[in-house]
Amino acid sequence: MAQHQVNYMQDGGLPVALTSIDKLANWGRSNSLWALTYGLACCGIEMMASGASRYDFDRFGTIFRSSPRQADIMIVAGTLTKKHAEFIRRLYDQMTEPKWVISMGSCANTGGMFNTYATVQGVDRVIPVDLYLPGCAPRPETLQYGVMLLQKKIRSEKAIKSQKPKRLM
Amino acid sequence: MRAYTDKKDAQKKAYYTDRYWVAPQVPKSTVESDEVFAADLEAIKAKFEVIEAYIQVKQMVVIIKPEDNYGVLEVLKDECDYTQLSEMSAIDWLADKGQLEVFYQLLSMNKRKRIRVKCFIDQGLAVESVNPLFRSADWAEREAYDMLGLKVNNHPFMKRILMPDDWEGHPLHKSYPLQGDEFAQWYEVDKIFGKEARDIIGPENRDPAMVDRYDTERFGRLGHEVPRGAEPKESKGPEPTTPLAYQEEEGVFMIEKFDEEKSVVIRDRDR
Repeated sequence: MAQHQVNYMQDGGLPVALTSIDKLANWGRSNSLWALTYGLACCGIEMMASGASRYDFDRFGTIFRSSPRQADIMIVAGTLTKKHAEFIRRLYDQMTEPKWVISMGSCANTGGMFNTYATVQGVDRVIPVDLYLPGCAPRPETLQYGVMLLQKKIRSEKAIKSQKPKRLM
Repeated sequence: MRAYTDKKDAQKKAYYTDRYWVAPQVPKSTVESDEVFAADLEAIKAKFEVIEAYIQVKQMVVIIKPEDNYGVLEVLKDECDYTQLSEMSAIDWLADKGQLEVFYQLLSMNKRKRIRVKCFIDQGLAVESVNPLFRSADWAEREAYDMLGLKVNNHPFMKRILMPDDWEGHPLHKSYPLQGDEFAQWYEVDKIFGKEARDIIGPENRDPAMVDRYDTERFGRLGHEVPRGAEPKESKGPEPTTPLAYQEEEGVFMIEKFDEEKSVVIRDRDR
């Protein structure tokens, strides 16, 4: 039989922790950020490395999903071409609120080295972005740090508020 | 240090112009110098008009009339044993001649020879598809249409292959700007949000060297992150150092506070 040790001198003698709904909801949200698998180019390799055993995204609760309906964040990892722009918008619209976007790498931030007719000059021309990660490509540590910053951002938000749809304009 | 003397902007002037410069060309030889190619050329000449023929880098180049392209390739395939079309595309000579140069690169594995068949076609005219002869022409002709606007008759599925279907213009034209015409620059905005959103989203920033140290709308520096649109800290002198902050000061609910002092850097990769 399991033996539970109860410290009667702490928390008024009850095995409970008191907190606010905001903190509890944000704790849940920020520690189960399921990411949409969105490797568009070489940054996708770094994103895969972040998810694999050496860097191990699972311990942050970040699990890659293949469906926008199951995802909370979209990590845009790579070059967004103009041909693909409408699809990224459609997938973003299919994600349920609340949702966040990390723009990973120079190409997703600004178009990067592809200053050409076929590349979208920054993914924020199409979808609203919460976090820009610099680098070409950013190392997995950078992506981890980015996810931790996003967690910090989520914790600072009010958990219960009217869900205003995020719009670019 | 040397004393300063006025160089009178010497570098601004072209100090050397070669009036007699001729662009180097790969040497050509006559077709008669190679027996195999000479026989192939005879087979073509028996049925079609050949404008020019020569050998360059051990490959025969035959320039024909654009309306003969299917027939010539049929002769080369059926009679001369050139069984593979390794490449075909077009070259933009529209500014010089108002013509596209279409080339077909053929390979004979049995003869171990390569032939390049070329023709010049006026802008707006169409060539016949060679897809029934060589299946490899399928995508190649679609690409030539997509990138250069080469019109091809009787292609089974003539559709853009690289650019979106509703794209305007052909990007490999010499006249096409690298950063796109107006249609290309607003393509994603027009398509997703509509033309009326242009004013709100604004034109693309095409300056790759733009760095704004106090940009808090988009790119905060790593380790100096601020909320979106925060007032930039005006600071004179060197940038103040801010430590990496993974968590809030007061700690996080149910999560152990990260202590930088206690964190361990693993030096031994194979531990």
